[in-house]
Amino acid sequence: MRRRFERAFNLSLPAFGIGDVVIALLLIALLYLGTRLAINAPQSVTGPDISLAPTALPWYAFLSTGRMAIAYLLSLLFTLVYGYAAARNRTARLFMLPLLDVLQSVPILSFLPIVLLSLTAILPQRFATELAAVILIVTSQAWNMTYSFYQSMTTIPTELREASSIFRFNPWLRFKTLELPFAAIGLIWNSMMSWAGGWFFLMASEIFTVGDRDFRLPGLGSYLQTAANQNNIPAILMGLGTLIVVIVLLDQLVWRPILVYADKYKVEMASGETAPESWFYDLLSHSVVAQTFSRRVWQPLTEKIDRALGRLFKASTPEQTGVIAEGRPSIAGIVIGLVLLAGLAYAALQALSLLITLPLSDYGRILQGVLATLLRVVISLAIAVMWTIPVGVLIGSNRRAADVLQPIIQVVASIPATALFPVIVLALISVTGSLNVPAIILMLLGTQWYVLFNVIAGTSAIPQDLRYTTALLQVKGWARWRTLILPALFPYLITGMITAGGGAWNASIVAEYIKFGGETYAATGVGALIAEATARGNFPLLLASTLALILTVVTINRTLWRRLYKIAEDRFKME
Amino acid sequence: MATLMTQTTNGNSLLELQQVTRYYGKGAKRFMAVRGVDLRIQPGEFVCLLGPSGCGKSTLLRVITGLNPTSEGQILYKGQLVTGVNPHATIVFQTFALYPWLTVQQNVEVALKARGVPEAERRKKADQLLDKVGLDGFEGAYPRELSGGMRQKCGFARAMAVEPELLCLDEPFSALDVLSAEALRGELLELWLSKSIPTQAILMVTHNIEEAVLLADRVVVMGKDPGHVIADVPVTLHHPRQRKDTAFQALVDKVYALVAGRTAPEAVTLGAAPGSGQAAKLPAATINRLAGLVEKVNEEGGQHALYRLTEDLRLELDDVLPIVEAAEVMGFATVDQGDIKLTGLGQAFADASIIARKEILAGRVLRLPTIRWIYETLQKDDNQRIAEDYFIDQLQNDFGEYARDQLDTAVDWARYAELFAYDERSGELFLDEDESAK
Repeated sequence: MRRRFERAFNLSLPAFGIGDVVIALLLIALLYLGTRLAINAPQSVTGPDISLAPTALPWYAFLSTGRMAIAYLLSLLFTLVYGYAAARNRTARLFMLPLLDVLQSVPILSFLPIVLLSLTAILPQRFATELAAVILIVTSQAWNMTYSFYQSMTTIPTELREASSIFRFNPWLRFKTLELPFAAIGLIWNSMMSWAGGWFFLMASEIFTVGDRDFRLPGLGSYLQTAANQNNIPAILMGLGTLIVVIVLLDQLVWRPILVYADKYKVEMASGETAPESWFYDLLSHSVVAQTFSRRVWQPLTEKIDRALGRLFKASTPEQTGVIAEGRPSIAGIVIGLVLLAGLAYAALQALSLLITLPLSDYGRILQGVLATLLRVVISLAIAVMWTIPVGVLIGSNRRAADVLQPIIQVVASIPATALFPVIVLALISVTGSLNVPAIILMLLGTQWYVLFNVIAGTSAIPQDLRYTTALLQVKGWARWRTLILPALFPYLITGMITAGGGAWNASIVAEYIKFGGETYAATGVGALIAEATARGNFPLLLASTLALILTVVTINRTLWRRLYKIAEDRFKME
Repeated sequence: MATLMTQTTNGNSLLELQQVTRYYGKGAKRFMAVRGVDLRIQPGEFVCLLGPSGCGKSTLLRVITGLNPTSEGQILYKGQLVTGVNPHATIVFQTFALYPWLTVQQNVEVALKARGVPEAERRKKADQLLDKVGLDGFEGAYPRELSGGMRQKCGFARAMAVEPELLCLDEPFSALDVLSAEALRGELLELWLSKSIPTQAILMVTHNIEEAVLLADRVVVMGKDPGHVIADVPVTLHHPRQRKDTAFQALVDKVYALVAGRTAPEAVTLGAAPGSGQAAKLPAATINRLAGLVEKVNEEGGQHALYRLTEDLRLELDDVLPIVEAAEVMGFATVDQGDIKLTGLGQAFADASIIARKEILAGRVLRLPTIRWIYETLQKDDNQRIAEDYFIDQLQNDFGEYARDQLDTAVDWARYAELFAYDERSGELFLDEDESAK
């Protein structure tokens, strides 16, 4: 439990640079193009009919999992290509890294309305909504995986690299023998994290409805939503049960075995930590069929592939074998870059001309919305921190508590918050009448686990010697918290809160605006504004509020979190 | 005529380096690793490159094998200009550089696979080699299951799999425990002397003088700042060589004297203030280690042979040299002919109490131009506090990438002498209050 539960964050970059300007232009241009397309979106979109029959559940589960699988494979492909290019090409890296940095801190769900509207404008409705779901999931999964892969690629020990050069590995052999294995463990952990996070966005896109536009997709998310709409408690329970079973099965049959298999890719030469275990992996590795397949089919096949690809990529030239190629931008590259930049600037100007058509009063509403959502994010983070620190410290320092609570928490935490939204709304809306307070609870649902897991990890990472010393010095009560526990937790807490904060902003899009039982409930907030603009087809408002949300989140990340993260790294790190 | 001769090699040399220079970076931050190295290796020779850390010997090895290009000068292999990785050379690495996720067998095979050797042949050859180095029975083990010595055996087997003509060894024994290293040295020598491997020449980088004298036919001694060849010492002792032998010990002592040099006059040792272009590097030694060394030499009667000192303290040459240099810079000791000798001040320091030592140091440390410059710059400041970045920036002009280390050493020494200190929270250097009040 020592590992910090973090997405591979990239907070060491200089505050703002030229890359950021280009990236800002790029984002504005993309959003503008999306908005332009969206203007032609159909006025009404009809969603699928969702059957609540138990027999329909396996099919829905299959559909949802299928979307996840396709999105994950695309994310993986993106990761390998982008990460490899960024690690190998110095010029490309100047833009690729800041771009990743922004993309991973942007609230992805804010893109959903624009992506949905623009895709339905140009594609058949059903296909457009499916594609939008996959795009959304990819944009939630790819960045941390990519960053982890890039980080691994650039931290390969020099001597291992030199060995592959001196023995003249071709690029394929080098990738297969050195680079991919070295990156494997980080990539797998981040994949698991991305996969778990993907459910959140899948559920969100399966239940997305605004005004007359019903963008829902048949799947477990829409099943749960329909069940909640009809107040059908048995169906809600069945839907949740199926979701949990699917998540647990995938963990046991896919991720655990992969993790166990990948254990051999550990770089530390000493065998210290306990290795992960998987019953399914043991079963497979002892099966005669699997062994025969491996010997008769798999090994000869890889031998052939290696030879073919080895011939395709000739032995590397000396320049490529250095630690990292020191490329210089070519003239053609500069020209292409300038043309692209001009295009971006043009699109950004167009976006600006769309933005000035928006009345000043709407900007006031956006500002009010951003502040209201910010307040919600802060409150939900505060609640999360308040309950997770005592509970997390208890679990982290007490074996018996850990044995009882850990499995329960893991299952509960695996349920994507968006799947629970309809159910929570069903329970709360009659009590409070408005979404203003329930929205906080909805945000909290999705984010508290990141903080909890990090507190547990931080607590169990406190060295035993320090605990003993504190006990010997008779430091107790509040003094013990202040001198030992809180400083030791600080880096973990910050990491957890960065991830949780990002999640809370994301959740605002679906938490602040909900169509339930034929009625629309909206809270005051920027998420609700985005949804409302989508429903009304108010494109300047849609563009302006999306940009405002992105700008706010990126600014908070770049200033507050980055500073705290640096303090955590500099002053409170244990090593 | 002579230059013409060197450019058109007579074909006898396996390897020839002509004025090889290698630097990194450019402009003011250019760092010179090695400069103007001439070297020839004949077939049948076992050559050691010996020198303290930072003398560029590992860089030179990478340039020789073609892993890194030369910045100036050229390398000829059998009379041919080397461009790119030399296919006839290979390296055995200090950290073994085995792929942790491949078994011992796979680690050897992958070198053959890269050369397109078919599977069956690969297996057979790897088996033979693993037998030869004594790893039979461990084919299926992963490197993490093996001891350091066995890992390096696997490293040797992998290197020999490609039948290199020139075998380069980059401190191959320095990550091993003493006994494993000794055993492996013997085995390497046996393989080499019995001619049971097709290798034509061995080039080994080491900072262990005894090891070099034990194995090599020639010891090429390198110096630092920037890396250059100081001397080329032939070793004509017959194998098996005995460490206790007088001739052996005399040779070790001689090489030690070459490596440690001789204490230069004070003006040269101290150098000038940063920015003058003649600033001298502060040796990377802490005051605690310096005190330990001075005490040790004092116990030995104020004079001691350096090679005995490293043996007695169970330290590597690389660890001892910076401390010795620090003692020279402080004026606590002088070095000549491989011997270290305490000065009167050094003896006084060894016998002094903790408080008295601080006072001696305060006086000595302020003589060092770099520390004096930092001290005076701080004194001139209104708050007597300046961000470390300012100093690093200035030091970079003289010390390039070592600026940070230089500042760290300066702070360590000045802190001990209570001149100035470093505030980690603000990243600033500040004058020690008591000291400025005096």
